Amino acid sequence: MSLFKELTVKPWERKGIIGGLKAEGTFDTSPEKVALVFFVVVASVIFSLFAVSYLIRMELPDWAPLTEPTQLWFNTVLLVLSSVFFQWARNITKTDSNKNVMTAFVGAGLFAIMFIAGQYLTWENLQAEGFYMTSNPANAFYYLLTGVHAVHLLGGLWVWSIGLIRMISGTEAKELKLSIELCAFYWHFLLIIWLIMFALMANT
Amino acid sequence: MAYVPLADQDSEQELHHPKSWVTEWVFSQDHKVIAIQYGGIAIAVGIVALVLSLLMRMQLGFPDTFDLIDPSQYYQSVTMHGMIMVVYMLTALLLGGFGNYMIPLMVGARDMVFPFLNMLSVWTYFLSVLILLASFFVTGGPTGAGWTIYPPQATMAGTPGHDMGIVLMLASLAVFIVAFTMGGLNYVTTILQYRCRGLTMMRLPLTVWGLFIATILGLFAFPALLVSAVMMLFDTLAGTSFFMPAVIEAGTPLDYNGGSPILFQHLFWFFGHPEVYIVALPAFGLVSDVLSTHARKNIFGYRMMVWALIAIGGLSFIVWAHHMYVSGMHPYFGFFFATTTLIIAVPTALKVYNWVLTLWEGDIRLNAPMYFAIGFIFTFIHGGLTGLFLGNVVIDLPLSDTYFVVAHFHMVMGVSPVLVLFAALYHWYPKVTGRMFNEPMAKAHFWITFLGTYAIYLPMHYLGFLGVPRRYYALGETDFIPESAQDLNAAITIAALIVGVAQILFFINIFWSLRYGKKAGPNPWGSASLEWQTPDTPPVHGNWGAELPTVYRWAYDYSVPGAHQDFIPQNVPENEEPTADEQHFDPDHDQSKANL
Amino acid sequence: MALAVVILLLVIGSVVFHFASPWWFTDIASDWGSIDFTINVTFWITGIVFVILNLFLAYCVYKFRQKDGHKAVYEPENHKLETSLSVVTTIGVVAMLAPGLFVWASFVTVPETATEYEVMGQQWQWAFRYPGADGQLGFAETALVTESNPFGVNLEDPRGQDDIIVTQPEMHLPVGKPVKALLRSNDTLHNYTVPQFRVKMDLVPGLVSYLWFDPQKEGRYDIMCQELCGIGHFIMRGAVVIEPQEDYDIWLAAQPTFAETQSMAPANIAAGQAAYAICASCHGAEGEGNIALNSPKIAGQQAWYLERQLNYFKNGVRGGPGDTNGAMMVGMANTLVDDAAVRNMSAYIATLQDTPSTPTITGDVANGANIYDSNCAACHLDSGDGTWYTDAPKLAGMSDWYFVTQISNFRAGIRGLHREDDYGEQMVSMATAMSGLEEIEDVAAYINTLQ
Repeated sequence: MSLFKELTVKPWERKGIIGGLKAEGTFDTSPEKVALVFFVVVASVIFSLFAVSYLIRMELPDWAPLTEPTQLWFNTVLLVLSSVFFQWARNITKTDSNKNVMTAFVGAGLFAIMFIAGQYLTWENLQAEGFYMTSNPANAFYYLLTGVHAVHLLGGLWVWSIGLIRMISGTEAKELKLSIELCAFYWHFLLIIWLIMFALMANT
Repeated sequence: MAYVPLADQDSEQELHHPKSWVTEWVFSQDHKVIAIQYGGIAIAVGIVALVLSLLMRMQLGFPDTFDLIDPSQYYQSVTMHGMIMVVYMLTALLLGGFGNYMIPLMVGARDMVFPFLNMLSVWTYFLSVLILLASFFVTGGPTGAGWTIYPPQATMAGTPGHDMGIVLMLASLAVFIVAFTMGGLNYVTTILQYRCRGLTMMRLPLTVWGLFIATILGLFAFPALLVSAVMMLFDTLAGTSFFMPAVIEAGTPLDYNGGSPILFQHLFWFFGHPEVYIVALPAFGLVSDVLSTHARKNIFGYRMMVWALIAIGGLSFIVWAHHMYVSGMHPYFGFFFATTTLIIAVPTALKVYNWVLTLWEGDIRLNAPMYFAIGFIFTFIHGGLTGLFLGNVVIDLPLSDTYFVVAHFHMVMGVSPVLVLFAALYHWYPKVTGRMFNEPMAKAHFWITFLGTYAIYLPMHYLGFLGVPRRYYALGETDFIPESAQDLNAAITIAALIVGVAQILFFINIFWSLRYGKKAGPNPWGSASLEWQTPDTPPVHGNWGAELPTVYRWAYDYSVPGAHQDFIPQNVPENEEPTADEQHFDPDHDQSKANL
Repeated sequence: MALAVVILLLVIGSVVFHFASPWWFTDIASDWGSIDFTINVTFWITGIVFVILNLFLAYCVYKFRQKDGHKAVYEPENHKLETSLSVVTTIGVVAMLAPGLFVWASFVTVPETATEYEVMGQQWQWAFRYPGADGQLGFAETALVTESNPFGVNLEDPRGQDDIIVTQPEMHLPVGKPVKALLRSNDTLHNYTVPQFRVKMDLVPGLVSYLWFDPQKEGRYDIMCQELCGIGHFIMRGAVVIEPQEDYDIWLAAQPTFAETQSMAPANIAAGQAAYAICASCHGAEGEGNIALNSPKIAGQQAWYLERQLNYFKNGVRGGPGDTNGAMMVGMANTLVDDAAVRNMSAYIATLQDTPSTPTITGDVANGANIYDSNCAACHLDSGDGTWYTDAPKLAGMSDWYFVTQISNFRAGIRGLHREDDYGEQMVSMATAMSGLEEIEDVAAYINTLQ
């Protein structure tokens, strides 16, 4: 039933069980996924508000655009690989051997860790060149946005590490299907956010 | 593999049954215990805020008699009173307290979807309260920048608590937002996915709808506060200039340049206005159910009530700048925001009409919860109408930042939600504790609170008309405010003291009744909604015994023509409406007609 | 039953309270009568709705209260009724909003004939700048602010040279001429409010906001800050005088231009030194003060403060009834014949060797520190050195007994309430942070530790 139709129902008119003998769940999926989608929306609001603040602050006279280091392109490739590996792990969870799933899963996490390390090195390099957070609002936003993005990724890595521990201690890959699915979804989301943030900073 | 809904799964939701006193009462994963923890912390910290407000009132009412607080403590009290009441008391009590208690029971679930996350939520909330209270004990004390914590003043010398106080405030808010997000994800997911068999969205009680929309508002609005808090922390700790322009602090230029204080205000109110509705919408929901039950009548215009909740929720995101008409933002925004603000009055007014129309041709049982609910209608009409003054951009010019604003928002989001909270606490007290409260004492509590708060806030509007500015430690000499304004202030203070002290009645009542109250029975009000149909009272961990309930009707089958009693519980099948001799309602335990 | 009666009484009471109340808007002094009109429209519409809705509520409670044998009517909804209520509500809302938007349109459209002036807010005082003969204000920014250039006017900007600078918190405007106020702040948010004008607007550091009005009624009106700006928010006052054009012109001509404030000849310290002999008999050759003669230490005090106080004594702003020691100073100050003599004297005293005075007061230093840090330090600084920026004199190392008598005078209303004592009234309010002599001495004892 479409949302609009459902909202116009006169609930006092129909008695009895509506929708057969199933329990009522609005979405035909696991609650974890519903919760994650909501979380992703919340995170999107956070990043959108940062982006809006960026655009508004940019209009003020003291803004001096930052030339984004080329190293960021390399980091971006790492994050793309991380996402690809998660997708791979997700696709083969049920069909392939535990070993291959583990390879993909571990690879995805490692690439993500490398991405964060790469981001950190970029910070160090920028600071060595004298681009401090306080030098200009564009710099400040660069540190802020990359930092907040990294924090979100670290949160994902925490879930990933729990999955990893379970995998090492012998849990069948199939039982981790939900975790892997959710991680893959979350990683794709963070990749998209990163690409948008990168595009925003590189083009202004 | 398609997801198998809960009720069809062989193994039901796994419950973490407590193994010791600690897991039963401290680190419990039972939504009802968590609700009581949330509520207890919220009420405790609310008492702190109440005491702060009384200190302010003593200063304002009798500036020469009492010497309790100096100017810096006054501003700290203003700030902490506001922030605690709005965020740490009302939001936490309504969503953390009532949300946790009501949602699983009203949707027919055994618990929240993620009980562990729920437990983390309440403890994270507790941590945020501790950080907040810690700011009272650091050098410089808590921040005195007003609950809006506007930069630049919040972080500049000249404002109390500009060093440690504001940092702790921002940190505490960030932690609170984490707690709220954990709780909020739980509430929406539970409402969407864990409804029992037969319980469509349109069969939900309005309490659940109010909590649902409010939680979504919170999930979308709190990020704005988080974003502004993080950027402000960077400004004050790392020296960036997101919000800080070039400013002079006590004669010394600071090392900031070019930031925009108005950007902060936009972010703050993008959170701050929906926050008003995060408090109001659950209250709307709760009061609807109390009114309907005690009027023995379905809530009038249920669909309109749901639509209005959704409309108000949506509109609340495009009215924020009506708090900023005189902020120096581009004045053309005034046209847009005045229009959206006054549009929001229409769905709000419809809700009021429907509450009153629910009483029309009802069979109203005038017990204590109903007194509070009807008192709420009165105060909300008053507060809602004064909102039309402030929302209309030109009228805001003379009235903004005067006591008219203070009176308005206390009427609409102080007194009104608090009256609903008391209505709800009394209404559901028998279910939560299994005992009845003391009715005469509850009514005495109502009369003092209702009449007392009106005696506080009606005259306060007139201070605003006079032009008395808010956030003044002392008025000093002016050539346009008559001496009699001080008499008004003194009268307001006396009323406030009486109301403040009278709240002791509530605490005596609920603690005394816990032990000595009459046994209530499972459904003392004869209520149709699901939470009253639990096999145990108070409900035990898991709520529903062996089998989850099945719902056959909406939550408002009161006084249905042809039925043998004046309500039909939601879980009674359509062709098995109870006959006179097999009532689900035990007349021996009928408290609804007692004490009239 | 009781509830229905009480609601009825509350409705009647509210209406009676409104009409009997002496508390209403102060008389308007600008041409923003249209705002008052909009308020009245809103008042009547909302007032009628308030009465009708609540009377209906009371009626329902009375009529449909529970009675034996009575049963509620089953009526899930009445779509027609809800629709017509929405329509009526919408009409009411439009009736209130429409005039509001029209008036707002005129608020955002400043008439071309309006002349500009600038309002500068900073913690916790007002200052004003008027364009000179060229009708234009010079470019100014916070980064350029100094003690001698409190508006931060760009020295190179030719438009700024003839700007009229008003650093007292009293401004004048001619009656019947539309004016546009340009609002700036050097530190925090402030708000420029004159209740009689009906309009107000925030001052925001880093940008220039504005409002306009057409003053219609002569008189002197309070300017108040109405945006929380720190601990001194409630004492940030000024005044605006609306007067005929001729009087306004005279007043304006008496104010210095920016160029004049920048090119003032340096004070003649030698002349000050020559005149100081008469002061030395009480205040000491080195300005160290003499408690036996009730003469405070003056060495080390900032020149701008000495200059202001000497002028106050000269003009009878200080040394009035109740201030016997101050009264003696009136005669002394009058030996300084003109402004130049006062300046020279102040400049000379500022050159004297600053040796901290000997403490004479003891008290609870910890309590004094608490009071000082949270209330006094905002203006007088943590170091007690004071600053021109907040108009706060130096306290550390000055005569502690004099501090006690002056705070007592502020508390007693002996000092600070004279209309021309620009910032004295602030101290009258702030002195209440100390509950009595004991706490004043605690603070004095703490200040003694700052030297």
